[in-house]
Amino acid sequence: MKEFTYTIKEPVGIHARPAGMLAKEAKTCQSTVTIVDKNGKSVDATRLMALMGMGIKCGDTVTVKIEGADEDTAAPALEKFFNEHL
Amino acid sequence: MITIQGKGVSAGVGVGPLYFYRRATAEIKRYTVEDTDAEWHRFKGAQTGAIEQLGVLAEQARKEAGDEAAMLFETHQMMAEDLDFEEAIEDRIVNQKMNAEAAVSDTSEQFAEMFASMDDAYMQARAADVKDVSQRILGILCGIVQGGIASDVPVLLCADDLAPSETIQLDKSKVLGFITAGGSGSSHTAILARTLGIPAIVGMGDALKPELEGRAAIADGSTGALVIDPDDDTRDRLLKKRDEQLRLQRLLETLKGQANVTKDGKTIRIYCNIGSPEDVHAVQVNDGGGIGLFRSEFLYLNTTDYPTEDQQFEAYKQVLSDMDGKEVIIRTLDIGADKQIGYFDLPKEDNPAMGMRALRICLTRPEIFKTQLRALFRASAFGKLGIMFPMVTSVWEVREAKRMCEEVRRELKNEGIPYSEDVQIGIMIETPAAAINSDRLAKEVDFFSIGTNDLTQYTLACDRQNNDLGRFYDPHHPAVLRLIRLVTENAHKNGIWVGICGELGADLTLTETFLAFGVDELSVTPRSVLPLRNAVRMTDTRESSERILSDLDSDYTAR
Repeated sequence: MKEFTYTIKEPVGIHARPAGMLAKEAKTCQSTVTIVDKNGKSVDATRLMALMGMGIKCGDTVTVKIEGADEDTAAPALEKFFNEHL
Repeated sequence: MITIQGKGVSAGVGVGPLYFYRRATAEIKRYTVEDTDAEWHRFKGAQTGAIEQLGVLAEQARKEAGDEAAMLFETHQMMAEDLDFEEAIEDRIVNQKMNAEAAVSDTSEQFAEMFASMDDAYMQARAADVKDVSQRILGILCGIVQGGIASDVPVLLCADDLAPSETIQLDKSKVLGFITAGGSGSSHTAILARTLGIPAIVGMGDALKPELEGRAAIADGSTGALVIDPDDDTRDRLLKKRDEQLRLQRLLETLKGQANVTKDGKTIRIYCNIGSPEDVHAVQVNDGGGIGLFRSEFLYLNTTDYPTEDQQFEAYKQVLSDMDGKEVIIRTLDIGADKQIGYFDLPKEDNPAMGMRALRICLTRPEIFKTQLRALFRASAFGKLGIMFPMVTSVWEVREAKRMCEEVRRELKNEGIPYSEDVQIGIMIETPAAAINSDRLAKEVDFFSIGTNDLTQYTLACDRQNNDLGRFYDPHHPAVLRLIRLVTENAHKNGIWVGICGELGADLTLTETFLAFGVDELSVTPRSVLPLRNAVRMTDTRESSERILSDLDSDYTAR
């Protein structure tokens, strides 16, 4: 399993549009991508509404866990995605 | 003849029968299903249909209103295929033996409630998206055609209010005008109507009764009047107005790409005022020459804490790159007075318009100012940037602000971060002190931008927020106009340019006056660019300038 932590820079947090982009990105990985918020609550990143339901705001730090066959390539790709879009 | 008064939000005159929008509402029947597998497949079919419809709508929205509008439907698409949503429906159908309609309806309520209970206004509003998506799936399940206009002739479309997904899928060739009971000038319907050039009236209230269906009417989107069963005189008058407006609209279209030049060859730059990166689209559609005022407050307003340097940098960079080398003037933070922000913890003032606001806050709390300046200079590498400071009264304020710019440039250089060396620094002239001292201030900066709303308020001692002042609040007051003339002269004597970015800039009755003064730039809302260009092109300053200037010198005793 790979993981990294990330602090959200997107001004409105993970609202509909960024959540949609993240869910789309997570679906391209074979691995399971899990987002864990500061309270330890975790959701599968491919699940848009659950992701939005976490109410992650700008400045919140989340942990991203990647587990599966392509985790070695998926982890850096996701980290790049977070840096560019969230 | 009946006249109902609403608020006109998109100009133009529409003539035709009133037609009330029919919403696809279905009575949800509930029953127990035996063949849950078949029911599940019935849901899957409807879900696929909804996703396809949304894909078509997204493409249509992209063509009509740009990527931002398309994203709404793409998000709806993702909601429709969301796994949690789907599994909750599956549970209801397979395990609880509910029929598909009831399962979708209950699941919709469940998710809408989840969003509605979040402590964030933005997320709460997403409840409406969940319902909109579910309604679409239900519509397919119940075999209802999504709300169309079942009329052979074009109509004046009436509704309580229209959702984005409803307006976008309308057959626009059937719509002569939008008339809604609710809504505001910034509602989705209003924005769409203006984009499409269709007249629109909102806020009609209860007077817009469904019994009016089919009656002949005329909607005047500029005055907000809806006239039902008009008499011959009214009809003739409004039809004439419609023809006049259509003629003007066609004329304005032909002005795109043309120069802002008077009959005698004088040019003036026409730029736009914007409040967020999304507004750039409107600037481009209306052929604005640049951005004369980009209000940076939006970054500070819709948030609970100070925006970071990176967040600001991204927003500025986006506008600069979208404008593709055209000039973009960004005004530094202008809060206080009528714009208050909680997390700034500003002390309560009896008279905030004359208190701690704008540049005064920035110079008192340099850490906030510096974050913004760093973001601005970093973004300067991506286009042609100008920075201007609001609410200046003294030379020392400008010097202090410039020193901070210098400090930021030095830091960036040391850190090896790229920035442009050609960033113009200017100030807003919106206090009488700055106007009277403009000869001295001109030596400190590259340009002036006159903010006429505040300049009028401070010069005439009239509170902008006070609607009762009526004729006392007179933006055409000779004192204001003479200050504008003085500022322009002082700017030119010192070799710098001067613009006007307040509401007065778009006032066509003053265009000749500003040309006579020699103002270099007018910055107006994107919609005002083409009408203003038209006014400039009609002017012959050889004929008008001398008269206007001598009137201003002598003939104002009456006021």
